[in-house]
Amino acid sequence: MIRILKYSFFDLMRGRWSYIYAAFYFILGYALLFLNNDVSKAVITLLNVIISLTPLIGVIFGVMYYYNSRDFTELLLAQPIKRTDIFLGQYLGLSLSLSLSLAAGLGIPFIVYGLFQSPAIFDFLSLLFTGALLTFIFVALGYNIALSFEDKIRGFGLAILTWLFLTIIYDGLFLISMMIFRDYPLDKFALGAAMFNPIDLSRILILLKLDISALLGYTGAVFEKFFGTNLGMTCALGLLSLWVILPVMRIIYKSGRKDF
Amino acid sequence: MITVRGLHKRFGKLSVLEGIDLEIDSPGIITILGPNGSGKTTLIKCLLGMAIPDKGSLIFNGKDILGEWDYRNEISYMPQIARFPPNLKVIELFNMIKNLRRGGGDDGALIAAFKLEPVLDKKLSTLSGGTAQKVNIVLTFMFDSPVIILDEPTTGLDPVALLRFKKLIWEEKNKGKTILITTHIMSFVEEISDRIVFLLDGNIYFEGTVADIKTQTGENDLESAIATILQ
Repeated sequence: MIRILKYSFFDLMRGRWSYIYAAFYFILGYALLFLNNDVSKAVITLLNVIISLTPLIGVIFGVMYYYNSRDFTELLLAQPIKRTDIFLGQYLGLSLSLSLSLAAGLGIPFIVYGLFQSPAIFDFLSLLFTGALLTFIFVALGYNIALSFEDKIRGFGLAILTWLFLTIIYDGLFLISMMIFRDYPLDKFALGAAMFNPIDLSRILILLKLDISALLGYTGAVFEKFFGTNLGMTCALGLLSLWVILPVMRIIYKSGRKDF
Repeated sequence: MITVRGLHKRFGKLSVLEGIDLEIDSPGIITILGPNGSGKTTLIKCLLGMAIPDKGSLIFNGKDILGEWDYRNEISYMPQIARFPPNLKVIELFNMIKNLRRGGGDDGALIAAFKLEPVLDKKLSTLSGGTAQKVNIVLTFMFDSPVIILDEPTTGLDPVALLRFKKLIWEEKNKGKTILITTHIMSFVEEISDRIVFLLDGNIYFEGTVADIKTQTGENDLESAIATILQ
């Protein structure tokens, strides 16, 4: 598996998309630092960008990489390699290269600006960590979609829809149901609703870490009240890991039964 | 060496293989013939574990291959269409596959034979169809596997390369290897095959030598014999 991972990773690092992706974050990081003139403020602004952008890029690249490397996958399938190793190797290679683009793109401007002297360094690192976690989650979702649909158009459509659903529609539905059922106690419902959305979970995780109650929102506040800050963070982290593990297990299951 | 028993495979509603029984126990060249969509490639893909059969068993050297992967060390496979990861260079692809398979792999002589030295440092995406096919040939033949499977190997080759390729097949055959080939070029079949397996609608319609098929249909050349079967 390590060998496949290595090849996928280096193959991607040489492609121009990783540079474009890194360059985007680089410019974004510089712009935010220039406008905010303060590391911690820039981190908060970045939070909102990262939390919606890494899922989009993750799911799209997951789908695209699977479709584009189909021939290569077929070449590998005829070699004496376990199927699981091929697909997990590719998945990890892609997730790592996207995470590295994110870390390098944002890391350089922040380091240049004086991140190491700033108290916000751990906030920044936890932001990068969450971004990487979201990348791993959404690349896995993208891979799942591509494994289930031979048709590229359908795959891409579903990928965009998944992202749209989890970033926008889910919150909308959540708010509407809050309005309708406002006469009832909704704490447990809100808690459950947040757990089923990795984007909400990451937002809560970071805001708990940054300790900014004002931005937590209803679900975050419930989360904090229910678990407390530390347990809340552990819980959010555990659930996010589950969001990686379950889709990866489905990749293993699905790829083992597929015809090529 | 290879035993196929009652192999069934469907893709959705389309039934591709309907109970294939095949025994390959001696070295030599076996050509798998049949019209488009008769299941040649599917049979090969089942052998390689790329497609998973619905029913039936595939035994390779006494072991069922379902879910196994180690046995593929014994098989070299050349796919129908040569498409490779576009960002890699030719030499990197060779090194990578050597790295992934056990037991070295000797590409030097083959690269020279097919005159691939000038393109070794080129990216795979820039190669022409014929050159890509030559790369495909080198990838397949650089390992000393007892079984070689070639799916439409002659596509896109120029006459010189084709000649060199035929010589290569002879050499491998004389080493006592089992070679499975699918092709539509009948002169090629007549020239090389020890045995023919003719697939039609997912069944083995005919099995035997080139001489057998000619006597059975009463035709003088293979092309007409096949045409007679199909009518």
